[in-house]
Amino acid sequence: MSVAIEVDSLSKKYRLGEHQAAYGTLRESLVHAARRVTGREHVRQGSEIWALYDVSFQVPEGQVLGVIGRNGAGKSTLLKILTRIVAPTAGRAEIRGRVGSLLEVGTGFNGELTGRENVFLNGAILGMKRREIEQRFDDIVEFSGVERFIDTPVKRYSSGMYVRLAFAVAAHFEPEIMLVDEVLSVGDAEFQRRCLGRMEELGNAGRTVLFVSHALPAVAQLCDRAIWIESGQVVGDGRPAEVIANYLHQTHSSGSERTWPEDSAPGNDLARILGIRVVPHEGMPPGVIDVRHPVGVEITFRVLRDGKPLFPKIKVLDQEGAVAFNAMDTDRRWLEATTPGDYVATAWIPGNLLNEGSAIVEAAICSIDFPKLEHHAAVYEAVSFEVLDPGEGDSARGQFSGQWRGVVRPLLEWECERG
Amino acid sequence: MVRTETPLEEERKTPGTAAEASPDTRSPVGPGDPSGTEAAGRVTVIRPATRLPRLDVGELWHYRELLWTLVWRDVSVRYKQTFLGVAWAILVPAFTALVYVIVFGKFANFPSGETPYPSLVVAGVLPMQYFASALSLASLSLLSNLPLVTKVYFPRTLLPLAGVSVPLVDFVVGLPVLLFLMVKYDTWPDGWKVLTAPLFILLAVVTVLGISLLLSAVNVRYRDVRYMIPVFLQVLPLLSGVMFAVDQIPEKWQWILSLNPMTSVISGWRWAVLDANAPQPGQVALGVAVAVALFFLGLATFRSSEPRFADTI
Repeated sequence: MSVAIEVDSLSKKYRLGEHQAAYGTLRESLVHAARRVTGREHVRQGSEIWALYDVSFQVPEGQVLGVIGRNGAGKSTLLKILTRIVAPTAGRAEIRGRVGSLLEVGTGFNGELTGRENVFLNGAILGMKRREIEQRFDDIVEFSGVERFIDTPVKRYSSGMYVRLAFAVAAHFEPEIMLVDEVLSVGDAEFQRRCLGRMEELGNAGRTVLFVSHALPAVAQLCDRAIWIESGQVVGDGRPAEVIANYLHQTHSSGSERTWPEDSAPGNDLARILGIRVVPHEGMPPGVIDVRHPVGVEITFRVLRDGKPLFPKIKVLDQEGAVAFNAMDTDRRWLEATTPGDYVATAWIPGNLLNEGSAIVEAAICSIDFPKLEHHAAVYEAVSFEVLDPGEGDSARGQFSGQWRGVVRPLLEWECERG
Repeated sequence: MVRTETPLEEERKTPGTAAEASPDTRSPVGPGDPSGTEAAGRVTVIRPATRLPRLDVGELWHYRELLWTLVWRDVSVRYKQTFLGVAWAILVPAFTALVYVIVFGKFANFPSGETPYPSLVVAGVLPMQYFASALSLASLSLLSNLPLVTKVYFPRTLLPLAGVSVPLVDFVVGLPVLLFLMVKYDTWPDGWKVLTAPLFILLAVVTVLGISLLLSAVNVRYRDVRYMIPVFLQVLPLLSGVMFAVDQIPEKWQWILSLNPMTSVISGWRWAVLDANAPQPGQVALGVAVAVALFFLGLATFRSSEPRFADTI
């Protein structure tokens, strides 16, 4: 197997500051130049940032590589350099094979031109030869489903038709190396689904794919390998599930465990919460849990005096703040007045229940005071954890790697009989 | 980094150490070619921009179909929503010439030599019209193709190149106006001389391409260009001898006007197609020299700022 993409110490520097604004007038430049000459303005220090710094990696032919990282970490800069839209400041990269990219879908489409004309225009911009386009023209049109309007100017198309036609052209371009930027692509969900589908196809066909994405599930499922870019540098490289778990841990590490000193522990004269933690999964960084396995939320609390029947309770919210569920310990022991002392209660949330993404846990020590629950000690947004699907196909999303909506995501039992 | 043929687990490596080969020591985006070369076997090498600007004809050739497509796009879009369509390519020079003939020919009595004044003017207006359209189109080409510049790679020189090619179509379509006057006044080109006519148009193309390369590169940073062009185009016909025969003015002024390559284009073109007085070879040589100098200046400016286009535009 040979190397398809070789990136060697690639760096890209951007200058910041007012006279590096996107564009200025000639006058401003002249004024600045004059000031610099007369010494009235000094070149500012620290007005540069490295969008990429010393990035090196290799992608063997046929590998599907996912690139993850926060916004502004340098992922898109990397892709722009590899597609040769911007030049690197230093370093070198070599790409062996014909390159196509799904960030250019519909680029150069002209509203005045007909669908037919735009197919040829867009094809040429993507790098197809006229003969190639002619050969595939019928397939492209059929795939796009806009046959009837192929001789209508595309400005009269609905946005759906427009995207379908644009995508059809890109999909019939057959590069050896595909660069995909999910972040830059059109926000249309249908379109993103098609992009992912096309990527999977290319990957299965043994093409090399470099996939920049925020969609961690897609990276986990589609990619053979992932690299994680942070502040312009590669900080993780390896199996997608592993890299993603580390990434999630780093971005959410603050909150999977909390403890309070005795004197400032939240609570009243009856009960206090001393600590809460998400029980770590073996082989996963703290705070990151495998969607298929149960998650333990451990509450350590102290009952200060005899009095009421107390019991621990948790509430789980998703990242948008929607309540997934409330749960309390209903064991009979909590029906009688709780004796003073320290308790450690662990709530086990079953595997295959929560959806992927962040989950926020609130914990409380309560008693029933019908029609209310009385909170004696409560911590809101106490801890959080990340639910991760390693993409092995045995979770509720099966082989699908696109967006999966819902606060919960149970793995149901299906019965099906052929009638 | 080691080339590896082993399974995934063994390909992992530590992030590169930043200390060695600090990119600081190299020049930041310098002038030159952002793209590297596209050699046999489709290996694309991506490197920092080099210092020496070059045209890279090989790469342009590789992208010739795209150039053709861009020209075709502009030509077909140009008249799509107009009622008179391609007729404008005839009407514009005809009206312009009519105004010139009335104002300068009838009232001001500009010198035309032995050539009938209307023919003289039309033979000047056509190349000038080409120059004006080409300059406006090509100088703003990088901006008007913003989505392409920020999303796809291709040699950026294609855009101004397409910009100066598109109005050639208008030019050809406008030729019947001149033909009509040639029939009307019975002035015909003198034999082989007409074969040199395309050379003078080529001179116009080189001139306008040079200026456009320069201005389009500048326009990425400074949007002043859009305001400069109309002013420039208003004065230019007077400085190129569109409404008078250059050989009819004092010789000292002829030489000054010859610094403008369009003067040679127009007087040469008149000589080729109307059998007007031949321009002085020295003056034409001066015009050609200026045009070639402009071309290389424009090319150098363009290629040296090309790597920054997507960053600054």
